[in-house]
Amino acid sequence: MKTVWLGAAIGAFAFASPASAQGVVNVYCSVQVEWCTLIANEFQKASGVKVSISQKGSGETIAQLKAEAQNPKGDVWFGGTGDPHLQAAEENLTEVYKSPKLSELHPWAIKQNTDSAGKTVGIYAGALGFGLNTELLAKKNVKAPACWVDLLKPEFKGEIQMANPNSSGTAYVAIATLVQLMGEEKAFDFLKKMHANINAYTRSGTAPMKAVARGETMVSISFVHDGVTEALAGFPVKTATPCEGTGYEIGSMSIVKGARNLANAKKFYDWALTPEAQKLEAQAKQFQVPSNKATPVPPEAPKFADMKLIDYDQAKYGKSSERKRLIARWDAEVGGLPKP
Amino acid sequence: MSSRAPLLWSVAGLLAAVALPWYALQEGLDSGAWLTGLWSSEDYASGLAQIIQHGRWWLAPVLAALAACLAICLVPTSRERCGAWLMIASAAGLALFVAQGLAIGLRGWSADWLVAAFGELAGRQIGTGAGAALVMIALLALLSIGLALRGAFGGDAFVAGAITTVAASILLFTAWPILRILVQAFQDGDGVFRPALLLERLAAEKIWSVRCLVGGGRCGVAWNTLILAVCCAAGTTALGLAFALIATRTGFHFKRTLRVLTVLPIVTPPFVIGLALILVFGRAGLVNQFLDWSMGVASTRWIYGFQGVLLAQLFAFTPVAFLVLIGVVEGVSPTLEEASQTLRADRWATFTTVSLPLMRPGLANAFLVGFIESIADFGNPIVLGGDYGVLSTEIYFAVVGAQLDYGRAAALGLLLLAFALGAFFVQRRVVGQGSYATISGKGDSGLPTPLPDAARRAALWVAVPWAVFTFLLYGFAFVGGLVKVWGRDYTPTLDHYTKAFAIERTADGLIWSGAAWNSFWTTVKLAAIAAPLTAALGLIAAWILVRQRFVGRATLEFATMLSFAVPGTVIGVAYVFAFNVPPIEITGTAMIIVLCFVFRNMPVGVRAGMAAMSQIDRSLDEASATLRGRAPQTLVYVVLPLLRPAIVGALVYGFVRAVTTVSAVVFLVTAEYELATTYIILRVINGDYGIAIAYSCALIVLMLAVILLIQFVVGERRLGRRIAPPLGGRA
Repeated sequence: MKTVWLGAAIGAFAFASPASAQGVVNVYCSVQVEWCTLIANEFQKASGVKVSISQKGSGETIAQLKAEAQNPKGDVWFGGTGDPHLQAAEENLTEVYKSPKLSELHPWAIKQNTDSAGKTVGIYAGALGFGLNTELLAKKNVKAPACWVDLLKPEFKGEIQMANPNSSGTAYVAIATLVQLMGEEKAFDFLKKMHANINAYTRSGTAPMKAVARGETMVSISFVHDGVTEALAGFPVKTATPCEGTGYEIGSMSIVKGARNLANAKKFYDWALTPEAQKLEAQAKQFQVPSNKATPVPPEAPKFADMKLIDYDQAKYGKSSERKRLIARWDAEVGGLPKP
Repeated sequence: MSSRAPLLWSVAGLLAAVALPWYALQEGLDSGAWLTGLWSSEDYASGLAQIIQHGRWWLAPVLAALAACLAICLVPTSRERCGAWLMIASAAGLALFVAQGLAIGLRGWSADWLVAAFGELAGRQIGTGAGAALVMIALLALLSIGLALRGAFGGDAFVAGAITTVAASILLFTAWPILRILVQAFQDGDGVFRPALLLERLAAEKIWSVRCLVGGGRCGVAWNTLILAVCCAAGTTALGLAFALIATRTGFHFKRTLRVLTVLPIVTPPFVIGLALILVFGRAGLVNQFLDWSMGVASTRWIYGFQGVLLAQLFAFTPVAFLVLIGVVEGVSPTLEEASQTLRADRWATFTTVSLPLMRPGLANAFLVGFIESIADFGNPIVLGGDYGVLSTEIYFAVVGAQLDYGRAAALGLLLLAFALGAFFVQRRVVGQGSYATISGKGDSGLPTPLPDAARRAALWVAVPWAVFTFLLYGFAFVGGLVKVWGRDYTPTLDHYTKAFAIERTADGLIWSGAAWNSFWTTVKLAAIAAPLTAALGLIAAWILVRQRFVGRATLEFATMLSFAVPGTVIGVAYVFAFNVPPIEITGTAMIIVLCFVFRNMPVGVRAGMAAMSQIDRSLDEASATLRGRAPQTLVYVVLPLLRPAIVGALVYGFVRAVTTVSAVVFLVTAEYELATTYIILRVINGDYGIAIAYSCALIVLMLAVILLIQFVVGERRLGRRIAPPLGGRA
């Protein structure tokens, strides 16, 4: 028995050792891993501050922020769709900060900052649209959908995939977009009719685009920039944005409330809004629209100018109460319907 | 019991209170910076210095209790009286230790009613450090010695120590975090306590709907979970039994291959089986493409849903059932079978009336493990579930999804626990009170009877196609790591491997430049630390549960299973909740990951140990006791050598699960301690299957090597004295 205790004691000695807090910034990173690694290395080079980065989805990150609220371990939360950032702001998990770089940003990025009373800021934006598998379209000899209403056509029966809004922010953006575009009643009518053509409501928001790439489904409702990444990886993927207009997400950044390295966190925050930092995105093969107006945009990236964007009301539809209500309605009226 | 042990423990505890920092250090003990500040620095001060120099008066009673223990040891008195006093002093010390730890936190008093009662407190305290931990361990040891001196646990200090250790560690690292999160089931979003809320959450139509039976639509997640778990448990038990029988009781030629194949799925990182199944059966998979090309059959999506998840779970959990059953099947003593045949029973009658009933504890245990593995499984339902939701995925999305509702997650977690509890009681009813002891000290035990032909054929018919199929699946996965993009570009390449595991030779020596090395070595290190601890704790727990009689045994048995039944995500969040704030503040360290591994994987060690131990006749223990062997000697010289298969099982499982766990550690990993699985998952999410599969293959090779090493070091147990002839013997 002594040996077990001794083992436990030795374990306690050897591992109760978190890293030193000198010149460090802890970043929770909710974008793709290459991008996270790049910003960590480049910021370290630019500022000399050691970056400790931990990559997690935005849902996991806000869960962690909530669990750690009494004793925060992270300093900055970089990336991930805007709603959880707004929610964190609403639940007082993040800190107010007005960066001197704010004036260099696109209006939608600044609006994200004002909507949250200064607690979060936009760092990139991506539009919602369709992912299309060109091989399957050609094989079935179907014309690619160009508008939301095309998705109701009988030839797409069992060929469309979207995420489940219970678990995915992407799917929630889709529902909120339709509600803003058509009005709530008509939007739910549309969703009910489209249900007949859906083959699965996946758990994760990026899964439908992956399914399109692998030929598991013909059409997906996804963020279009994800399609560019798949196409560059060699998959037969094409994207389209609906003709009636479409919504978008604003990838955001926030400073954690009670951050241990607040000064470094602000330094990182300012740096992440510069064109030098934002052009790393394209280097990591990601194609959202960066929020600094001066950031160069790669030619493959979907351009906002080519799409019809709705005036997405982030403040209203980012609120937890509205979100819970719409998701509950979707669950009751659409998600539970029998498969035709 | 000599009086030396309590003396040593109290001195050790007091030394720790004087010569080690009481609180956790930011930079760790190994830096040595604390040595100079033991008295003066507030951060580094020892317990004694904290009281005298830094005004933390609340530590004084704890140290006083410890000093009282020392005094008691020094005063000559009767055994019972010494024990009683020791017990009182150490129990009081422990209670005070816990009370101050919970009551005083980062910002003084940790609860409002304490502020109301005692007024604002100037002091604050951070997480427990080395000094405090050792003081607590010393108090625990003294408590068990005191109990033993008073005659509890047969007056054996070793048994008392074992029981206190197991109970205290389970309380601390399983029960406490789970309780912390389950309390949330009764709270609304603002933390207000509303018991009625639980009923509301549990009565939801989404959980209990039976619309898939009547009227169409989907069934509730509770039914989905139960149906899946029962099918999975039955399937894995049957397959595991078939493999165990073939491995021990037939002259089958490819036994070794079979054994390796059954072990393969268990050493496979999660998502690989799911991915391989999609590569083979998915809509763009090989089977569908072939059917489409040869017969024009339209591609289907049948793999997504119940069938796919069940198939993946059968692949994943059959080896666990095999590991639980192999010890039991090996352990059924041939003596009874020979006796049965001497009484003119044919092989079939012997098999069905003697061998099978003797395997009942093993079968019930395998079924229980399969059932619980299935309800707690997260990786397979999430990859292959499609619309088929089960409780574990539902909980995950209640925590990380758009709802972010801890209360709902906790309520669903309670439901899951209730299922596990139900399975546990059913299992105990089935095994009942009968005796299954077959290994006794009575000399030669003969050779195992070969299987009757019908059973042998059935087992082979089940096992061989299964083995071939497993082999194929792994073949595809392996090839997947060697081609550019599976499904699109089948050009052979080694790129994925070099990207992950490159080593460059430069003037300064070797540079491990591959992207995977960091997470690889962290994983190996942490798993190697966790595995022996898991096995030791698991087997000790099994030993006291089977061999010792004490109050609260059934509760302890259930508590050991607790962490296993709760899905990994809940455990992960629970650990962050419980261990992010003082008294125990270990998030962001390697220690929390090791602890999570140990307490999450220990149950399998316990089950395997219990199943194997219930076969070893008590008369062996008694014989040892008659020869004046004390409990530790009996354990080391008699029980452990007979438990070799269970030890191997527990060690292997401890290591392998530590390497392959995802959901439990996803909230615990940091940049410094990144694990292989989390790295792989990121690649999978990113669609970078090549490198994910390459890395998985490397992990599989590593784990196979470790398994062989463990087998070699621990060895097999030898029961009979006769050497088996080449055919019909054991593998």
